[in-house]
This record gives sequence, C-alpha cells and structure tokens, in this order.
Amino acid sequence: MVEFALPKNSKITTGKTWPKPSGSSNIRKFRIYRWTPDDGKNPRVDTYFLDMDTCGPMVLDALIKIKNEIDPTLSFRRSCREGICGSCAMNVDGINTLACIYGMDEIKGDVKIYPLPHMSVVRDLIPDLTHFYAQHASIMPWLETKTNSPAKEWKQTIEDRKKLDGLYECVMCACCSTSCPSYWWNSDRYLGPAALLHAYRWIIDSRDEATGERLDELEDPFKLYRCHTIMNCTNTCPKGLNPAEAISSIKKMMLERTL
Amino acid sequence: MRYLTARKRAEGNGASGTGTAHHWYMQVSAVALAFMVPTLLYILGSAIGGTHEEVLATFARPFPALLTGMTLFVAVMHFNKGAQMMIEDYARGSMRRALIMLVISLSYGTIATGLFALAKIAL
Repeated sequence: MVEFALPKNSKITTGKTWPKPSGSSNIRKFRIYRWTPDDGKNPRVDTYFLDMDTCGPMVLDALIKIKNEIDPTLSFRRSCREGICGSCAMNVDGINTLACIYGMDEIKGDVKIYPLPHMSVVRDLIPDLTHFYAQHASIMPWLETKTNSPAKEWKQTIEDRKKLDGLYECVMCACCSTSCPSYWWNSDRYLGPAALLHAYRWIIDSRDEATGERLDELEDPFKLYRCHTIMNCTNTCPKGLNPAEAISSIKKMMLERTL
Repeated sequence: MRYLTARKRAEGNGASGTGTAHHWYMQVSAVALAFMVPTLLYILGSAIGGTHEEVLATFARPFPALLTGMTLFVAVMHFNKGAQMMIEDYARGSMRRALIMLVISLSYGTIATGLFALAKIAL
C-alpha cells in the first residue's frame, strides 16, 4: 500500500535555533527544513531570525541572507532570481512556488520553508529531479518533422503561434508535478502535469509532424489517465499556467481520434 | 547491475495504447447518471408510503423497471471502473490484484442480484 506516514528515518525533529539579530525591531522568524546525507541523522527544522529592514522582499532574498550572514551550510538551488530558470522551486508556507518571485508580505506569521514535497531530498531544500527531467525527455520535447527542412525557417501563422501561449512559458520548476497527489503515488509511471503540459505544447505545434506518434506514446492508463483533474497543478503554478487544461486537451484529442 | 538509465526508467515499457475507452465510459456514464439517478429517485419517492402491492406494481411497469435496471447497471459499472482506478492509485502488488478482483466480483454480484430481483418483480 501507499505509505501515508513518514518512515522512521524521515521524521522531522526540532533543530537548532539561531540567535536573534540585536538592535532591530523588525525581526521575522524563519523555520527551514534541513537534512544532510552526511551525518545519518533525521531531518530537522532550524529556526532563524532576520532583520527585515536589511533584507530584500522575496523569500529567496531571505534565504541568501541567511546563507551569507548566518549559516553557510544551508543549501538551496537558485540562479536567475526572476522566475525564469525555475531553480529555486520549494514549498513556502505550504505552497509550491519559486522563492525568487514569492514575496514575504504574502505570508502571515513565521516563514516555513521545505523542499518540494514527495521527492527524494539531495540536501536541505534541494530535491532530486533526475526522474522528473527524464520524464520530460521521454515526451520528445523537440520539433519532429518528416518533410525536408525549409531553407530558412519553419514558418507558422500568427493564429497557430498563439496556440502555444500559456504552454511555452513553463520553466520546468516541478512545482505542479510535486503538488499532484497522483504524481506523489504513481510518479514511476504517471508523467505528471509538467511533462504533459510540455507534451501538449509539441502536440499542438502546427510545425510538428509527429502528432499521432506523440498521442500514441501518451495513450496509457498511467502515463496520461492518472490525472484525476484535482487541479493542484493549476493552483500552484508560479507562472500562472494551466497544466490541467493542457492535460484535458490531450484527453480530448485522444477521444477525437477514437470516435 | 541492470544499467538502467534515468530515461529508460521513465519510459518503462512504453505506452499500453489503452485507457481512452475507460475515460470515455466514465465521462458518458457520469452524464447519463446525472439524468437517470434523479428520475429514479423521483419514482422511488413517489412509491414511498404505498402498500407493498402498490410498490411492486410501480416497479412492474415497463419504464420504472427498465430505468431501475439500466441505472443499476450503469451506476455499478461506473463504481467498478472508478474503484479500480482508486485501487490502482493507492495499492501495490498482490494487494492491488486482490482488491481489483474483489471489486469486480462485488460489482457483477450486485448487478446480477439486482437484475434478478427486478425480473422477479417485473415479469
């Protein structure tokens, strides 16, 4: 059966509480998940205090400040700090989001930061995305053509190009897939919202000539039909995309070619 | 060592090429039940308070009898397929197989019992 409780060695314990900065009245408390494979100990939640008068407005600003000024062992991914690279995806205040574009003014009370749920943790806030990326690769995220390449470029009408809006913007941060209960329980076979959104992006591309083959590759009770339209993916997407709609469009295309 | 790459692990055995019929059945049966269940409830409601003979006479009429039979079949098959999907979501290995067999047996048993009872009343 699916495990609904954490195994013994994954139970979270209370960690270290770091001292408050002195001489400030605008202090905020951060509770951050910590785990390292090096010491063999259970994960813990460390408590940090930051002077908000000297901290940027986003959650990533706070994490960088903690790493730079309090605890250099805190590990997390980050790169662009403007919601383009998708590196800093994590669970902030119970919501999967990008730390760089999530303002701390949106959070009431303590700021609770955990890694993306239901993924193997490499260290602290860094999840192992190997399988997630392999699933993305499996949907052939590139243009598949049979006709000879044109001399200059594959052309597309403005209307056809518009069909890609709301799809191509996905930055593969994994917020949607890791918020999906179907993906939690069956990620070994279910592709998840992110990979399916990308699959639809290529299915709907007017220049692609492998639409039928792409649908063939998705027609499976687990790969596609494990989506039960829970909509967590759409609720959590930090880019405001709608993977649930993309999945339902794939299902519709499956029906259209059957009936 | 299996030399299993991340890509191979993600692709597994490929796609089975099934699932669309199941999805279509669930959609169609859900819409059908949205009409059938309220109608059946209305008929059941109108039979409440009558004598035993009056209730039997209600379900001996063609429309209530056919509707009851069809609702029973469609609803239980909807449950059957939905429950199977739920079991596939949460159960693994032998437990999954055993539960699916149980649900299928329960579903067909319920349909057979219900249709037998209906036939006894209506025929």
